[in-house]
This record gives sequence, C-alpha cells and structure tokens, in this order.
Amino acid sequence: MASTTTSDAGPLLARRPMKTQGRWSFLTTVDHKKIGIMYFWTTLVFFALGGFEAVFVRTQLMKAESTFMAEELYNQLFTMHGVTMVFLVVMPLSAAFFNYLLPLMIGARDVAFPRLNAFSYWVYLFGGIFLYSSFFLGGAPNGGWFGYAPLSTNIPGNNMAFYAMSLQILGISSLAASVNFIVTIVNMRAVGMTFMRMPVFVWMSLVVNFLLLFSLPIITVGLIMLQFDIALGTSFYQASAGGDPILWQHLFWLFGHPEVYILILPAMGIVSEVLPTFSKKPLFGYSFLVFAGAAIGFIGFGVWAHHMFTSAIGPVARASFGLSTMFIAVPTGIKIFNWVFTMIGGKIKFTTAMLFSVGFVAMFTIGGLSGVTHAIVPHDYQQTDTYWVVAHFHYVLFGGAMFGGVSGMYYWFPKVTGKLMNETLGRLHFWTWFIGFNLTFGPMHMSGLLGQPRRTAVLPAGLGDAVVLYNLLSTLGAFVLIVSSLIFLVNLIKSIKSGEPSGNDPWDARTLEWMTESPTPEVNFYEIPVVAHRDEFWHRKYAEDEAGVLRPVPAGASEDHDVDAAVATDEHADDGHGHIHMPDPSYWPLVMTAAFLPFGYAVIYKSAPLLLLAAVWMFAGFYGWIIEPLAAGDDD
Amino acid sequence: MSTAAHETTLGVDHRKLAMWVFLGSEFLFFGAFISTFLLYFKETNGGPGVELFDIAFTSVSSFILLMSSLTMVLAHNAHAHRDMRRLRMWLLATAMLGLVFIGGQAFEFTTFYKEGLTLATSPMSSAFFVLTGLHGAHVTIGIVLLLSTYALTKTGKITPEQDVKTEIVGLYWHFVDIVWVLIFTVVYLIPYDIVVFGG
Repeated sequence: MASTTTSDAGPLLARRPMKTQGRWSFLTTVDHKKIGIMYFWTTLVFFALGGFEAVFVRTQLMKAESTFMAEELYNQLFTMHGVTMVFLVVMPLSAAFFNYLLPLMIGARDVAFPRLNAFSYWVYLFGGIFLYSSFFLGGAPNGGWFGYAPLSTNIPGNNMAFYAMSLQILGISSLAASVNFIVTIVNMRAVGMTFMRMPVFVWMSLVVNFLLLFSLPIITVGLIMLQFDIALGTSFYQASAGGDPILWQHLFWLFGHPEVYILILPAMGIVSEVLPTFSKKPLFGYSFLVFAGAAIGFIGFGVWAHHMFTSAIGPVARASFGLSTMFIAVPTGIKIFNWVFTMIGGKIKFTTAMLFSVGFVAMFTIGGLSGVTHAIVPHDYQQTDTYWVVAHFHYVLFGGAMFGGVSGMYYWFPKVTGKLMNETLGRLHFWTWFIGFNLTFGPMHMSGLLGQPRRTAVLPAGLGDAVVLYNLLSTLGAFVLIVSSLIFLVNLIKSIKSGEPSGNDPWDARTLEWMTESPTPEVNFYEIPVVAHRDEFWHRKYAEDEAGVLRPVPAGASEDHDVDAAVATDEHADDGHGHIHMPDPSYWPLVMTAAFLPFGYAVIYKSAPLLLLAAVWMFAGFYGWIIEPLAAGDDD
Repeated sequence: MSTAAHETTLGVDHRKLAMWVFLGSEFLFFGAFISTFLLYFKETNGGPGVELFDIAFTSVSSFILLMSSLTMVLAHNAHAHRDMRRLRMWLLATAMLGLVFIGGQAFEFTTFYKEGLTLATSPMSSAFFVLTGLHGAHVTIGIVLLLSTYALTKTGKITPEQDVKTEIVGLYWHFVDIVWVLIFTVVYLIPYDIVVFGG
C-alpha cells in the first residue's frame, strides 16, 4: 500500500528506503504501529533489567545485617531500579500504547509527524543504552532516582553525571513525542470525532502529553544545572558558595509530581476502555471522568512540595501544599466511583484483561488512600524516608500503572496480532501477579510504620523481629513476581506463535480501532469512518428497541458501511489516485539520533573533538532529514 | 505525511500547531532559568555581581534583536506575496541582525570574564552565563534555521507557495526575541536597579 512514487532518481544517499516488510524495515519504519511494537519490546527488555535489580535489592534485604552485596553496589541497583522503571519502562510503555492506538482510535492513518515519531523511539533506545553503559564505565548512578543535591553533585566519579545526561536525552525523546501526539489528537481526528466523542484513553493521553510538555523543560533546567555543577564546578546547588540545594528539590518535584500523573493517567485511560467493554455497559459518567482527568492535569502542577514537607520550606507552604494535595484526591476519587458504577449492573465477563483492570481499581484505591495520608503534614514527618512511602508508590505505580498496562496488553493483543492470548495462562499470570504484588508491597506498609528506613543497604536487626519477618515476606513476594512474569512471557511468545485466531472484534468492543481488520492493515482504515456517536462502533452494531433492550443492527443497515463493505470498496475508498498514500520510511531518524551517544559521552568526558563530531553528525542528520525526497503531493 | 491545512481538524497546519505547542514548552524552560537567576542575583560569593552590567550596551544589542523581528515579519510578508527575491533579502537581514546580537553577547561575556565574573565564580555568575548562554544558543539555532530557509528557497525545496515554512521559522524567531525582552527586563534592568540604586 505504500507509495511507490518517491525518488526513482538521485544518488544513493538522497533516496528513501522503500522496504515496508520484513525485519530490516523496522530500522527505517515511520509506521506508528511498528514503532509502537518496538517501544513495547524495548520496554519489556528494560522491565526485565529493572526487575533483576529489584530482586537483587530484595535478596539483600531478605535477612537482617545481610552481607550479600557491597553497599556501593546496592546504591547503584536501587537507583537504577527506580530510574529504569520510571523512565525506561512505564513512560515508554505508555508511548507504546499511544503510538499503536491513538491514530486508530481517532480514525487517522498515522501520527502527525511520522519521522519525528521514529526519532522519539530511537532517542529513547539510545538514551537507555547510554544509561546502562554506565555500569561498564565506572559505575551506574547511585544517588537515588530523584538525585538530591548536594549528594548528587558531590559523589565522586561519573555516576550521577550519567544520570543527568541520560535523563536529558530521554527528555528529548518524550518532548518530541508529546508535541507529536498533541498535534495528532488535536488536529487529525476523523470527521465527527469531536472532543467529547473521543475515547477516554485518547483524553487521558492528551492530558499526559500536555503534562510532559510543561514538566519536562523544568527537569531539564534542573538537570542542566546539575550537570554544570558536576562537570564544570559551578555552584547552583552548593550551599557553601551561596547556592541552594532546595532549588533542585523544587525543580525536580515540579516535574516529579506531574510525572506521577504522567505514569498513571495512561493506565486510567486503558482501564476506562476495558471496564465498559467487559461490563457490556457504556462508561459511567464519561464527562466526569474526562474533566476529572483534566483537573488532575491542572492540580498536578500545584502539589509538588508535598514531597518536601521535611525540607526547609516554611509552615505556610506546608499548609497550602497539604491542602492542595487533599484537593487532588477528589478528581481521583471521582474516577474510582466512575469505574465502580460502570461495573455495577453490567454483564461482567472476567477475561484476563478485565481481571487486571479490576485489580487496578482495587490496588490503586489502596495506593491512593495511603497517598492521601501524606497530605497530613505531621503524619508525613513520621513517614518520610520509610518503607511506608515505598509501599505507597508501588501500590500506585505497580498496582496502578503496571496492572493497567498489562490489562491493555491482554486487551489489545488481538488487535496487534490477530490472535488471542491464552486465557488459562492469563488467569494464572493474574493471580500469581496479584498475590506476588501484595506479598511484596503489603508488608512494607507495616515495616515502614515500624520505622524501617528507605535506601539503606543493611536492614538493622535492632528494628525488631516483626520488621525482619515483613522483609522476608517482601522478598518471597518478589520471587513470586518473577515466576509470574515468566508465565506472562511464555504466554506472550506462545500466543504470538500459535494463538487462536481472534477475528476482527473478539471482545465486542466499542471504539474505532476494532472497526478495521485485526491485525491492523498498514493503512489502518481502508475508508476513514465518519463518527456520529461516542462509542461509535458499538452504535453501529447495536440499537435499542422500544423496551430498551439491545438489538444487533443487521450488517449494512447502519448509516455507514460495516467493516466488510469498507474492505470490499477498497479501490474506490482512497485519495482518488488509485492507492492510499502512506508516509515513506526514512533512514534519518536512526542516523540522526545515534549522534546522541557521542554527544552524551562528550559531555561526560569533556571531550571537545567528540562534541564536535556529535554536532556535525547531528547537523548532517538534520539536513539529510530536511532534503530527503518526498512523494509527489507530500508537503513536508 | 503532512497534509494541507484545510484537511486538518482545526484548519491549522500541523507544523505550525507543533511549533506553537513546542514554544509553550520553551516558555517553561526559560521561566525556570529566569527564576533561578532571580533567586541568585545577590549570591555573588565575594565576586563581582550585577553592577558589572553595561545597561547602555545591552540596550543597543537588545534593540538590534528587536529590529530583527521586524525584518522577520517583512520576510514572511514577502513570502506571502510570493516575492522570493525580497524574501531572501529579509531572511539574510534577519540572520545578520541575529549575528550582530550574538557578537555583542560574545563581547559582553569576554568583558565580564576579564573583570573577574566567570562561569564558576558564584551562583549569580553561573545562573547568568547559563541562562544568557542558552538564549544565545537559541538565537544561533534560529540563525541556522534562517540561513537554511534561505538556501532551501534557492534549491527549490521551499516553493513560493510554502510561506507556512517561513512563518514557522518566524514564530520561533519572535519567541526568542520575546524571551530576550523578558531577560533584559528581569535579569538586567530590575536586578541592576535593586543592587546599584537600591530599588
């Protein structure tokens, strides 16, 4: 289906790659579906790495006064676990869903800037490789995922320089993606797809990408100053020279708190798609859910200092940020009621995807409730830097974001592959995952309240037998999670190889992505649907009779074609030139982004020649990108 | 696959919308740096401070940068009228004014260095050099964009009908100018007034 009209002449470098099939095409692809799939697999690799780090940490804490590993290594592992899971797993997993689903859900054929989309993916990959290369270059970041100054600026070695640089590189990836997705959602909707007809997942994605857009520059500023302090001896965060370490905390959390919504809102969007589908009911209170999501986006920028109650910020700041933190619990609470009321009275079908979504609602509620306790300042004083906090954010990130993400994997697996995942293994995965998760993080509430400090390599025996027991349980839970993850991996690979065919619409779903074939054809839609309803696909399949009972609409009887009819009219339903023109693949995103590796090392090792090389490389890539030939009719 | 503006949901060209969205992000980037400078402008760590500022000199270079916004508007206007010769002239004029501004900044930085204000002297000096230096980097990127636009009109990659491209470069350029207006006011004038004249 791809264009065949581009650049038949010209020197080799000025030609565009043509291959759209096969393994090698992934290197030059600009297809949002393939990029989404690449995001997914890369995320899985980093999830395994982050998981191993967690298991090492838990093994060290299995018993009191353990000497399993050196403290220096422990510091690297818990820091890398946090950085990996936040920046290399949950955020890009969301990007995988955005990539694959957003254009399909709004009735578009690709994102607004396909090459920029590939750029985002490659920057993410190289940023991740760059960060992990630090293990072989003198040690990985070891100052905690939030890199508090002056610890981060004073640790000898390049450990935290790698932290600052790789987070800036990853930030470029996310920033480019956020611009791309915002323009896509706002400007590429199918005819009739008004804002209030968009699926909730699209809405949550829009909010997330605005959060990224406005919070990433702030952490970038903080990181640039951190980098200068480490590499060039400036004193942004050096109190001895008049600098202020609290500035880092403000900049970090002014990014960091919107960031937690960046992590959780996509999962909320996924759950809002899965629950109504398997409850056979429309989403309860769609507009409440949408506005609650938007409210979270706004209030999310006004609560950051609740991470800093024990820093020197003054009683007025403490009181007001305590209040705003209680406020932000309101829209979140609204959402939980929306999901519960969606299920009440529905004909619930407990598929694996549904189980994970219900698990999300339950686990996220626990994490939300333990979160609100941080709004009470005196209570927060008591909890700061204890395992209570660790328990809380794992309940919202693992119990929330990961449960939602896995639910989405099971739900959209048939969309991507045209096959079903094995439900028996899926159930086994869910229950081991659910039990392992609660066994790991549940006891941390107790050990935290009993005073176990975070980020310490050795569990002091003096905390008492109860704390030691809770830690043993947590470690056992971590091993259950390993088993559970392996079950998932087996299921994934088995289902890709030999899963049962799913048909185009296995879940009797509601949204546009299921109107086209599964797996999705390269052009997404042979004919772009015209949207007349929220839950458009559902309304094309069902109508209510006088008694309010759902009746299937006979094929072809709705106001628009059904899928089969649209496929049959393929050759008439295009741009009028005999084929549907899709964007051409391109080498340049890969070529240009590879320059980020020499750039990063040049900054860390202060090498001017390397910096020059990176600059020339990037500039050449930029020009290659610009002068790349275009298909006739494309305006780039 | 950029589509013509009339095929988009909002009726705005994707690329133009993307530039607006991106600039929204840039405002927070400079906002955070300007806030840092405001936090630190009295923290001189025993070294020189804002009293070194040569307000008259910076006023002139600020004026030059502001004038480049005028030539940028003229460039876009020429492109909108499909007058490629005039477009190229104004693009070059804009780039030249930008270069003069960068030259002024280089002169200013050298002078400060000679007077003992270096990157690592104090939080004040670090905040000043990193903020204005990154603004200078933005201007430099703008100059590269302007010269690229100039070159691409020559090769035919930018056609007379594609004035949206000049418009997008212009959006970026005006943004860099507007940020400079903020920097000149908030980083130069107000702290200078407070420190030298006691507010």
